Amino acid sequence: MNLTLKIWRQKDSKSKGQMVDYKVTDISEHMSFLEMMDVLNEQLVNTGEEPVAFDHDCREGICGMCSMYINGEAHGPDRGVTTCQLHMRMFKDGDTITIEPFRAAAFPVIKDLVVDRTSFERIQQAGGYISVNTSGNTQDANSIPISKHAADEAMDAATCIGCGACVATCKNSSAMLFVGAKVSQYALLPQGQIEAADRVRNMVAQMDLEGFGNCTNTGACEIECPKGISLENIARMNRELMKANL
Amino acid sequence: MALDSKIPHGPIKDKWTDYKNHINLVNPANKRHIDIIVVGTGLAGGSAAATLAELGYNVKAFAYQDSPRRAHSIAAQGGINAAKNYQGDGDSTYRLFYDTVKGGDYRSREANVYRLAEVSANIIDQCVAQGVPFARDYGGLLDNRSFGGVLVSRTFYAKGQTGQQLLLGAYSAMNRQIARGKIEMFNRHEMLDVVKVDGKARGIIARNLITGEIERHSAHAVVIASGGYGNVYFLSTNAMGSNATAAWKIHKKGAYFANPCYTQIHPTCIPRSGDYQSKLTLMSESLRNDGRIWVPKNIEDAKAIQKREIKPTDIAEENRDYFLERRYPAFGNLVPRDVASRAAKERCDAGFGVNATGEAVFLDFATAITRYGKTQAKIHNIENASDAKIYELGQAIVEEKYGNLFQMYEKIVDENPYETPMMIYPATHYTMGGIWVDYNLMTSVDGLYCIGEANFSEHGANRLGASALMQGLADGYFVLPYTIGDYLSNEIRTGKIPTNTPEFDEAEKEVTDRINFFINNNGEYSVDYYHKKLGNIMWEKCGMSRNEQGLKEAMVEIKALREDFWKNVKVPGSANEMNPELEKAGRVADFLELGELFAKDALDRNESCGGHFREESVELEGEQKGEAKRNDTDYAYVAAWEYTGEPADAVLHKEILEFKDIELKQRSYK
Ligand SMILES: Cc1cc2nc3c(=O)[nH]c(=O)nc-3n(C[C@H](O)[C@H](O)[C@H](O)COP(=O)(O)OP(=O)(O)OC[C@H]3O[C@@H](n4cnc5c(N)ncnc54)[C@H](O)[C@@H]3O)c2cc1C
Ligand code: SF4
Ligand code: FES
Repeated sequence: MNLTLKIWRQKDSKSKGQMVDYKVTDISEHMSFLEMMDVLNEQLVNTGEEPVAFDHDCREGICGMCSMYINGEAHGPDRGVTTCQLHMRMFKDGDTITIEPFRAAAFPVIKDLVVDRTSFERIQQAGGYISVNTSGNTQDANSIPISKHAADEAMDAATCIGCGACVATCKNSSAMLFVGAKVSQYALLPQGQIEAADRVRNMVAQMDLEGFGNCTNTGACEIECPKGISLENIARMNRELMKANL
Repeated sequence: MALDSKIPHGPIKDKWTDYKNHINLVNPANKRHIDIIVVGTGLAGGSAAATLAELGYNVKAFAYQDSPRRAHSIAAQGGINAAKNYQGDGDSTYRLFYDTVKGGDYRSREANVYRLAEVSANIIDQCVAQGVPFARDYGGLLDNRSFGGVLVSRTFYAKGQTGQQLLLGAYSAMNRQIARGKIEMFNRHEMLDVVKVDGKARGIIARNLITGEIERHSAHAVVIASGGYGNVYFLSTNAMGSNATAAWKIHKKGAYFANPCYTQIHPTCIPRSGDYQSKLTLMSESLRNDGRIWVPKNIEDAKAIQKREIKPTDIAEENRDYFLERRYPAFGNLVPRDVASRAAKERCDAGFGVNATGEAVFLDFATAITRYGKTQAKIHNIENASDAKIYELGQAIVEEKYGNLFQMYEKIVDENPYETPMMIYPATHYTMGGIWVDYNLMTSVDGLYCIGEANFSEHGANRLGASALMQGLADGYFVLPYTIGDYLSNEIRTGKIPTNTPEFDEAEKEVTDRINFFINNNGEYSVDYYHKKLGNIMWEKCGMSRNEQGLKEAMVEIKALREDFWKNVKVPGSANEMNPELEKAGRVADFLELGELFAKDALDRNESCGGHFREESVELEGEQKGEAKRNDTDYAYVAAWEYTGEPADAVLHKEILEFKDIELKQRSYK
């Protein structure tokens, strides 16, 4: 395939960015989107230009690092996948593809397609944990029985990879799907219940502080989430918050 | 310097307890005055940072990703072992110890492995208390699965995302300490050198990957938890950023590098499909619990399948060669990884491969789906269920167990693995070699520790599944926090370590000189060009099978490639900004040195061992004919290499391995 790429280039957080056009040729449909980006970058290095900076690491859809806005969608046109799992068979010869960074006030651009998602870190630090001593003086694991259903549901919430697509795709830049997933994981388990009220209050407060918007139930986040995190988690977070504030 | 492994005396089952009873402790009030640097926040570094902070030390943690949660450990799929014996199927500390030593082809240190088996049960307790959502059975108790090379079910798992959940557990423990100010987290920072003062590790030089700024950080002890070096092959299952830099830099400053030639080749990866490929994707080994591995019996069928003239399902049962079940009836599809990998390669080399390049075998779930389907039909009282119904019921069970893996496969290969068998092929996965450490996990440099995949200690020549996660967490949560205290008890009067000293000046200068070299070297070729060439040499000549001539050639070729790299590499952009090409250049430069040491080590080890088939060393007679031949008389040692200037001139130190509690035996899975 031969493609035209329109890519957002921005030198650093302070500079102004702009869209730049590039051409790539001989792209195989078996390549992942990031492999296509590698081809472009190799081409740029060879002509002495600076390659396009983008975040990525595992390339298996699990680390949550890769983040691109492709043709107006977080992680591109395929459903239930991250950019590294998006394959070029989703595109056609001659296509023009627009590639931008995730956009949200709480995710400032660092360079080109790389954004700063440390706001997510601070939300987790505000309470996304169970306060247990890590030196091994814990009770036997099977002395905390958990129903299979609860464990599975907690697991579903816990699969959030912290990619931020939910924020990027939301017209309010809300982080509620992400925070909801984290809150839900703990809400569904017996461990850490004692601090449940503080947890949800602190995490939500930090979320607001970081400048994420509010949820207006559009549901775009659920559609774009590569891990299928459901809106149910936002509802659960709201219930937890209400409970905590009672 | 002589190697002192510091293994405590006494019976193996008492060593760790006795040791803990006698080490020096640091008074809680003094811990506040002690700083520790942890490089890496995967399972090993993350758990260590959290626990050391919990104990009261001041921790500075570093990772090149934007969050500790994204460390490579996140990708681990299958599970984590622990000798809990919840299933009552005969597991015990001793059996886990035995399986691990045997699975490592008797090239790991007995005392360390025993300790690992001993603390393994605590890991599960710890993680459950942290809220890790392990799989449960209907009674609410923890569920287990089984992995290659063992006959008990001791593997705990969280769907196919065990590494993710364990890492999120450690990460949450870290977050708690970050919030309390006990851990200072340096995201997007890369350690580029270690600083030694009076022979002791006292700090690091790191680059801020956003601004390019070079920083000095001091501490009373430095812990390296930077993961493995599988990316020396270019194509591997590792994350793209996984690298050897931290380990290689400390090697150059005096830490011995042990068994560099021990890498694990994993049998169940998605085969490569073209030259553009940037990495390989693993399909968890847990699939071998239910998947059956086969190739066609007749070469004509294999050829037709390669050309896509017939479908795998067209091949009748009697014309399929379930080669693992045939060769290894006791373990069948669950033989250890090295055995499964070699057997697959053997069939493919003989022409029976099943994809276009002939480098793939089938992993088939049809039998399992039917088996589960029949059971489900019974459970749900469905009489005379049709084949389609049985298939549907069975598919739901398989989906529940491995759904995300099947989905991942389908996305990559564009084939539905419920309908047609998966194709798999061996790929580089994990590195058992790494920095040499003693029983305390300290390297040959005072105050410099190394944990997790970055060290060499527990896995011998071949790691059994689900044991790397176990080792990472054991080191970080339960071992290092004790052993480092013994060392730090002598540091309570040291006071803050200044960074404006000649030692820091010198280390920083080395780092900046190198960066400036890259930026100014207006060469011809990209970093990837060199990395791919290196990977090619490594796979062809230092891969699953090796011989003397090939290894000698590899050493020459790698050295020549390295020289060319330093003349002709091109790195665009500048040093004081985010520059991913520059980051890669530094990492590949280190791989180009490590690769040569790797070949040298493999050359020295004239025996087949674990995943490493030395063509000169093969069983010629008897039941094991054609299998790898280990040589205990000459090679029952750890090869610890000392850096002296050039990888080819590294000096070999041998730690002779003693097996007092396990008899060295031919490893048979027949
Ligand atoms: C696909 C896959 C599946 C696997 N499945 C399993 C399994 O089911 N069971 C099992 O037991 N094992 C499994 N493994 C192996 C296991 O995941 C790893 O061995 C283990 O996670 C390594 O953990 P670690 O903490 O030592 O290193 P890593 O998780 O690799 O962490 C390395 C850390 O070091 C940091 N770092 C590296 N270099 C630098 C530097 N120079 N400066 C600063 N920071 C640096 C990184 O940022 C990162 O934080 C799997 C591996 C892969 C690839
Ligand atoms: S909820 Fe989904 S989209 Fe949002 S961060 Fe988590 S995985 Fe990404
Ligand atoms: S690179 Fe890890 S999720 Fe895409």
